Amino acid sequence: MNNIQKNRLKNQLFKYWGIFCTIIGLVLLVVFIGDILIDGLRRIDWGFITSLPSRKPEKSGIYTALMGSIWILLLTTLIAVPMGVAAGIYLEEYSKKSRLAGLLEINISNLAGVPSIIYGLLGLEVFVRIMNLGASVLAGSLTLSLLILPIIIVATREAIKAVPSSIRDASYALGASKWQTIRHQILPASGGGILTGVILALSRAVGETAPLIVVGALAYVPFVPQNPMDEFSVLPIQIFNWISRPQHGFIENAAAAIIILLLITFVMNGIAVYFRNKWQKKWK
Amino acid sequence: MAKEMEINMENTTFKDIEKDIVIETKKNPTIEIKGVKVWYDDFNAIKGIDMDIKPNTVTAFIGPSGCGKSTFLRLFNRMNDYIEGFRMEGKIKINGNNIYKKKVNVEVLRKEIGMVFQKPNPFPKSIFENVAYGLKIQGIKDKIFINERVEKALKQADLWEEVKDNLKKSALTLSGGQQQRLCIARTLAVEPSIILMDEPTSALDPISTAKIEDLIRELKKKYTIIIVTHNMQQASRISDYTAFFYIGDLIEYDKTKTIFTNPAKKRTENYITGRFG
Repeated sequence: MNNIQKNRLKNQLFKYWGIFCTIIGLVLLVVFIGDILIDGLRRIDWGFITSLPSRKPEKSGIYTALMGSIWILLLTTLIAVPMGVAAGIYLEEYSKKSRLAGLLEINISNLAGVPSIIYGLLGLEVFVRIMNLGASVLAGSLTLSLLILPIIIVATREAIKAVPSSIRDASYALGASKWQTIRHQILPASGGGILTGVILALSRAVGETAPLIVVGALAYVPFVPQNPMDEFSVLPIQIFNWISRPQHGFIENAAAAIIILLLITFVMNGIAVYFRNKWQKKWK
Repeated sequence: MAKEMEINMENTTFKDIEKDIVIETKKNPTIEIKGVKVWYDDFNAIKGIDMDIKPNTVTAFIGPSGCGKSTFLRLFNRMNDYIEGFRMEGKIKINGNNIYKKKVNVEVLRKEIGMVFQKPNPFPKSIFENVAYGLKIQGIKDKIFINERVEKALKQADLWEEVKDNLKKSALTLSGGQQQRLCIARTLAVEPSIILMDEPTSALDPISTAKIEDLIRELKKKYTIIIVTHNMQQASRISDYTAFFYIGDLIEYDKTKTIFTNPAKKRTENYITGRFG
């Protein structure tokens, strides 16, 4: 076998190894989703979504957990998105390159990798105890905001970096101020990327369990939160709670709730992809 | 309506005067450069240049790559300010005012001194929005006034006939030459008195280049133009004065005719005859 044949063989081998690895991931996902669908699909109906949790599995629903998740999602969006985007813009456009800025940069990237339970402990101490917010929707949202803030900052910076500097030059050369350039050129051009990052960060927040358990989210709530200071539960906690019950009916409920949760995250990711494509078309 | 706008714009300028120094350049601006040195961190890009640029002329900056001519050009509208490690010494006086004084309003300065870049860089917006941008960021909202200015600028840039029915179309659909003329129109729309051009035709084909050169000859009547070019023929065709730069120094600066027929320095002669660079 000569060298050319060897190289070809290596190329072929790597290709098949790649295909194999891709299929493994896909097969596992299909098996998992199939299993969940078989277990849970029968349980899903309007009643399941609008019923309160109950001791009897067949009467039990996800209404309070779903509403809790929506509350958390909305509040987290309101807190984390403006802060994260503003911080990203500042770091990319305003801050001077210095040793301090470099340190800041590394630490933000590090924060994105801190285990979520640590954020839970931070939230418990700062929001629940020191700020005395209790185990409220607000405390939970603030905690999750901290968790996804680094992700949003990094996504914003990457999106802004992708805007060609010739656009900045053109805007400045016409007498635009820094803010006008950001507002009229950089944000519109990077909006798709920022939005994608934001939605992916939020879909992560919606699936988080550990930090909310630590903060004190309830496993059983017979009411829907009416304001940010109310106690709450969320879908992942509801699922966790049902899975730990012995009755088979609750396992079915858990599977059904997982389907709803997956649906929410899939829809959110779908929206992210949609916006990215739409933006790319508009901005070429 | 247009008249009202003028008054309004004057008011803005007046307000700015209270806080900042506003460089007025209207009509026959004089440009004096005194002892200008530039560093990027430790790198000494410009080593001490003195020169005067005559109003309503085309002045060409020539010299081999890395000689500092683009850096020098970008000093006039302070575009180097954003570059990390940029440091400058000396004075650039426009109509007697040093534009590097601390309180100079850079935004107003850039309105007075337009710039056209090497690669056409239209905004990813419509043709109309590209030209109107400079006016809109000044806070002008009068639609009739903006429409008039956009049309005038596109006519001046010799682009109007080609785009007048497609003003809503994306500027990115234009050809490279058209995009560069759009960038010139965009610059003209804010009515500067000095126009800086950084190798404006180096990314264009010969026909588009000829169009831009015709345009520059036409614009000379109303504007003071400084152009950086790598193309020796271009410099001799369009400029009245030529400055030859070499490694951060101004070697020779004279009437274009003199530079190209009877240069005083050996190095200039070697460069323009193609013996180096």
